Amino acid sequence: MTQLLLDVRDLTVSFHTSDGIVEAVRGVSFQVDRGKTLGIVGESGSGKSVATQTVAGLTRGARISGRAIFEGRDLLTLSAAELRAIRGPGIAMIFQNPLTSLHPFYKIGWQIVEMIRAHESGSAESARRRAIELLGHVGIPRPERRVDDYPHQFSGGMLQRAMIAMALALKPRLLIADEPTTALDVTVQAQIMRLMRRLQSEFGMAIILITHDLGVIAGVADDVVVMYAGQVMEQASRYGLFRQPSHPYTTGLLGSLPRINFPDERLTAITGQPPSLIHPPSGCPFHPRCPHVMDRCVTSVPAFMAVPGAEAHRSACWLLDPESIS
Amino acid sequence: MTESIRARGPWKLAFERIRGDRWAIAAAAGVVFIILIALLAPWIGAAVEHSPEAQFRETGLSPSGIPVGPNREFLFGTDGLGRDVLVRIAYGARVSLLVGVLASGLAVAVGAVVGIVAAWFGGVVDTILSRLMDVVLSLPFLVFALALVAVVGPSLTISIVVIAFFSWASVGRVVRAQALSIREQEYVKAARSLGAGSLRIMFVEILPNVAATMIVYATLLIPSSIAFEATMSFLGLGVVPPTPSWGNMLADSIAFYKVAWWFVVFPGAALLSTTLAFNVLGDSVRDAFDPRHDQTIVLDTETGGKA
Amino acid sequence: MNESLLRVEHLVKHFPMKAQTFWGDRQYVHAVDDVSLDVRRGETLGLVGETGCGKSTLARCIVRLENPTSGRVIFDGHDITSASEDELRSYRQQMQMVFQDPYSSLNPRRRVGSIIGDPFGIHGVASGTERKRRVQELMDLVGLNPEHYNRFPGQFSGGQRQRIGIARAIALKPRLLVCDEPVSALDVSIRAQILNLLADLQKELGLTILFISHDLSVVRHVSDRIAVMYLGKVAEIASAEALFDHARHPYTRALLSAIPIADPDLDAAREQIVLSGDPPSPIEPPPACRFHPRCPRAETMCAVEEPALIARLSDREDHPAACHFPVKDGESVAAAGKPS
Repeated sequence: MTQLLLDVRDLTVSFHTSDGIVEAVRGVSFQVDRGKTLGIVGESGSGKSVATQTVAGLTRGARISGRAIFEGRDLLTLSAAELRAIRGPGIAMIFQNPLTSLHPFYKIGWQIVEMIRAHESGSAESARRRAIELLGHVGIPRPERRVDDYPHQFSGGMLQRAMIAMALALKPRLLIADEPTTALDVTVQAQIMRLMRRLQSEFGMAIILITHDLGVIAGVADDVVVMYAGQVMEQASRYGLFRQPSHPYTTGLLGSLPRINFPDERLTAITGQPPSLIHPPSGCPFHPRCPHVMDRCVTSVPAFMAVPGAEAHRSACWLLDPESIS
Repeated sequence: MTESIRARGPWKLAFERIRGDRWAIAAAAGVVFIILIALLAPWIGAAVEHSPEAQFRETGLSPSGIPVGPNREFLFGTDGLGRDVLVRIAYGARVSLLVGVLASGLAVAVGAVVGIVAAWFGGVVDTILSRLMDVVLSLPFLVFALALVAVVGPSLTISIVVIAFFSWASVGRVVRAQALSIREQEYVKAARSLGAGSLRIMFVEILPNVAATMIVYATLLIPSSIAFEATMSFLGLGVVPPTPSWGNMLADSIAFYKVAWWFVVFPGAALLSTTLAFNVLGDSVRDAFDPRHDQTIVLDTETGGKA
Repeated sequence: MNESLLRVEHLVKHFPMKAQTFWGDRQYVHAVDDVSLDVRRGETLGLVGETGCGKSTLARCIVRLENPTSGRVIFDGHDITSASEDELRSYRQQMQMVFQDPYSSLNPRRRVGSIIGDPFGIHGVASGTERKRRVQELMDLVGLNPEHYNRFPGQFSGGQRQRIGIARAIALKPRLLVCDEPVSALDVSIRAQILNLLADLQKELGLTILFISHDLSVVRHVSDRIAVMYLGKVAEIASAEALFDHARHPYTRALLSAIPIADPDLDAAREQIVLSGDPPSPIEPPPACRFHPRCPRAETMCAVEEPALIARLSDREDHPAACHFPVKDGESVAAAGKPS
């Protein structure tokens, strides 16, 4: 059994809108290994959510090209029925706001049981027992009582745990977590991240963690992909990215974060705004805001270059090209 | 510096949506046509040399007193008294439009003010005004109209007032509901923290945000006001004869329906097409102001938005 | 005590909940429960805490968007707690608020120039061309293009909208700026721009700032002193340095350990304190020390006697903490502490 669980190649997603064609994802590639965590970092408009949702087959009305090979099958070519069969036992997804991703009118227990029974045969009784067990497993106290509660009766942290429980019900091989803790308090966030790490080692599942928070990534991810304006800017292992950031966007992001141990230095903000995805900049999408921009950056899209001295660390930046000494 | 998508201002956006809607354009054209007819009524009369009240007993009625059908002299035929139906329809358009627009405008103005005041002040003021709106909405139109006209006598002004009176409360309720949610918006809190007084907040902060609703209601109330007026005239409660109104024409036409189809059909068609045009236009206006109109990907929301 | 521009004394704000039944006790949300603190002239006081701690309610009571249930708010020596709207008007010029959500804090149907010009109109300070000139000056000051005077908020990005909100707040050159989560809704790369802008404006206009946020790293960056709130009460107040180097309250320590750090080496090296359970609701707060159900150091005393907010161990007067068993220097939070 190979280590590679998900292989996304040249994913491109675009939407027709009344303002023009939005190129949300433009040629993105990344890999996820079994049992490992891939962190996808980006701000709004980076395409991180659209990319993963497309891989999970949740994007409708878009023009999609590229490949997303999951356990030997290209997810982008599967029929709706085949995708449904994969969702749950193969790929599960949790979202940022549990209050809107769970149905408000059905009890939590019912929703979990529904999911289990949609994929597995077995009695309602046994499914319900599983649901209670799962709720307890994710740290919800008195699960036999809470299984009959409605989503609005849970606090934010508990509800996110319930979402995780539902996502894990069928022991998926891949969990896609899209900003799972952004809406939660910091102390609750720490609890949830710890829970996810524990569950990952128990279940041996791979996780794609999507977030805008580099701090969360630093604590959890094995590998990191940095996205901007629908493209991948940099790809590295966790330590590689933070010790040797090799893309001006990454360094800009890191520099704009207030750092606990250097509190008084002025933050180096990245100037300008994220670009329009209908009229993206030519060449490198970051060039309008890059402090090291060269002529080449405006005219041609940078190829991925290996970062010298680092393993599996690539960056889409002309600065790394030995030919371009400005 | 590159810009993210520049959304158009809210009015421009709505206007562009209407422009792109074929049905809206057709309806708007219809409305313009009717307005023209109303404005040009005297010229239409002059062109065929018939005034709306003139009774043409020789040419307009058959020897047995039956109205004459559409011919070269009377393009839409004549009515029971030998009057030119075409000219009367043109003048009737004036009445309908006048009543429709004024009654609708008055209803929306009063309803909006009451709704905003009730929502902003809340408490006792809100309770009183809301109950008032409930009462007005429960009053039976016909009985009230009959009673009022019996006391004061029918006239154009009374028609306008009565129709506005029965329409303002539904506008008021809707505006109140909207104003209640606007009241909780942060920009209203910001205005308060700046020291803005109640009057200023109601008219500078809240009013522009209910303006869209008001416009939609105004457009949709016009056809119902026109229908109201026709009903009142039909019952003899509206404009005083011999002033033509589509309503009283329809009332008169009932006696002749077997022998003079044109007398029923043309005023009826005029009424129908006018209300239809305004209804379709009103629908398009409402859609144009609906923020969820097209499902565009929102691009410049930040942290926590869709990527 | 003219060092304090703003003083809050024993402020309480309870919100009545709709009665569940016709009989029985009315339930209250104890949003702010006996909070006292002061903001010194020229400083930035950070107010930090998680959901339900009452920091936003406290801010609203200070600018009188809400009326306190009891306690006093003293601005520049004047007690404004029960001032009428008319009396408040002049204070409103000196005390302004920057709101969290750049999307809902600006009226979408009004033009930006008109929004920023509001303070001039409301207080009758300038009108007509003079007003427009000053608005455009402000737009330039906060980094906006003055030619966009007639645009609607929807035509700007989130960061730009926040600049508009800031321009509106500083229009009348207030003495105190209350910033309620001003960067939380912004993208990370934009936050730095706004934080730098606030720092620059503070220097240029001599502002005193009350900076409210749940993000402790941002608060650390901007604040001179920091007050930590938990469930309606102040847990600890200290200078930013002291708070980070030797916080006394276990909640502060837990908060510090939970902040994601964008540095995997540092992250691995620090003590992980993971609290159990969820923050309890402010409707029925726990008795005595409100933190005790989740506190790794709690002992019986904590459920019985409420700890006072006073300096502990050998700390100075200006570093009070409300804890019976404050964390000593170098001590791990999990170890049971002994009272000093």
